Amino acid sequence: MSAHGHSHHDDHHGQAPAHGTFGSYMIGFGLSVILTAIPFWLVMTGVLGDPQLTAFTIMGFAVVQILVHMIYFLHMNTRSEGGWTMLALIFTIVLVVITLAGSIWVMYHLNHNMMPQMQDMSVHDMSQMP
Amino acid sequence: MASAPTVDAAFLDKDGNPLFHLEHEPHHPEGSSTMLGFWIYLMSDCLIFACLFATYAVLGGNYAAGPGPKDLFDLPLVALNTAMLLFSSITYGFAMLAMEKNRVAATQGWLAITGLFGLAFLGIELYEFAHLIHEGATPMRSGFLSAFFALVGTHGLHVTFGIIWLVTLMAQVAKKGLIPANQRRLMCLSMFWHFLDVVWIGVFTFVYLMGMLR
Repeated sequence: MSAHGHSHHDDHHGQAPAHGTFGSYMIGFGLSVILTAIPFWLVMTGVLGDPQLTAFTIMGFAVVQILVHMIYFLHMNTRSEGGWTMLALIFTIVLVVITLAGSIWVMYHLNHNMMPQMQDMSVHDMSQMP
Repeated sequence: MASAPTVDAAFLDKDGNPLFHLEHEPHHPEGSSTMLGFWIYLMSDCLIFACLFATYAVLGGNYAAGPGPKDLFDLPLVALNTAMLLFSSITYGFAMLAMEKNRVAATQGWLAITGLFGLAFLGIELYEFAHLIHEGATPMRSGFLSAFFALVGTHGLHVTFGIIWLVTLMAQVAKKGLIPANQRRLMCLSMFWHFLDVVWIGVFTFVYLMGMLR
């Protein structure tokens, strides 16, 4: 296929993967370094004091860094492949959220509801079990 | 006149019979759907990792009176490992930029550096695993350690296969140059490599950093 044919086809299908430039890669890299260093610093120094607050903060940094990688390294946008890559990504995120949130929710409630009962159970109670 | 349903001339063949398929398939150049297909593979891989993360989230606190994250994890080592993977991501980006400019030697050089960073990552991870196993923190010790080795080990296996793929592509580029097929393959590996870095963000945040907070 000639060079002309190649560019023609790129225009029509819009499938030429978006390429980064040196500048965009460096922006992505710089942001990633900052977004990695701060969570490590927060946990290693314990500067926030409260572990729960630290946990939520580093989760926020992780989400932002994943977005940075998606945009600057994986070149995600709504136009590539006519929007199908974005649709596949959204579908996957929905499944991931259901898997993670569902597992944690169900198993937390299972532990919560089972454990005290198991611990309170005396020998006497056990004997009355079927 | 209006008795027969009107059919667009484009959907009739030469004899005027209706056509139920296009006479000529629209031309799809070779490999035009590869990138989308590979992206969908990556999304399915993402679901594997989601299941392993969910397993870790559920079992991560079950130490079975064994060692917990605070006894086992060495954060400076994890930070070094993270840096290795992040450096390999940016050097792969430089390889892609060199590929766009059709500079074979520069592409190969950046790919080689990417591979070395990948090997450094694997080396540090294997050192960490060997250290854990030496201390008796084997995958059989507790639910937490089973889930930990399953999740981090699967990521490490992906990096291993990424490096094998990288070496294969370097051989291909050395033999045939930056032909369109090789460019396509390098773009697929680029997505794979950056995807592994995205998964690693989840690993160091949820497993290592949040493990130290427990």
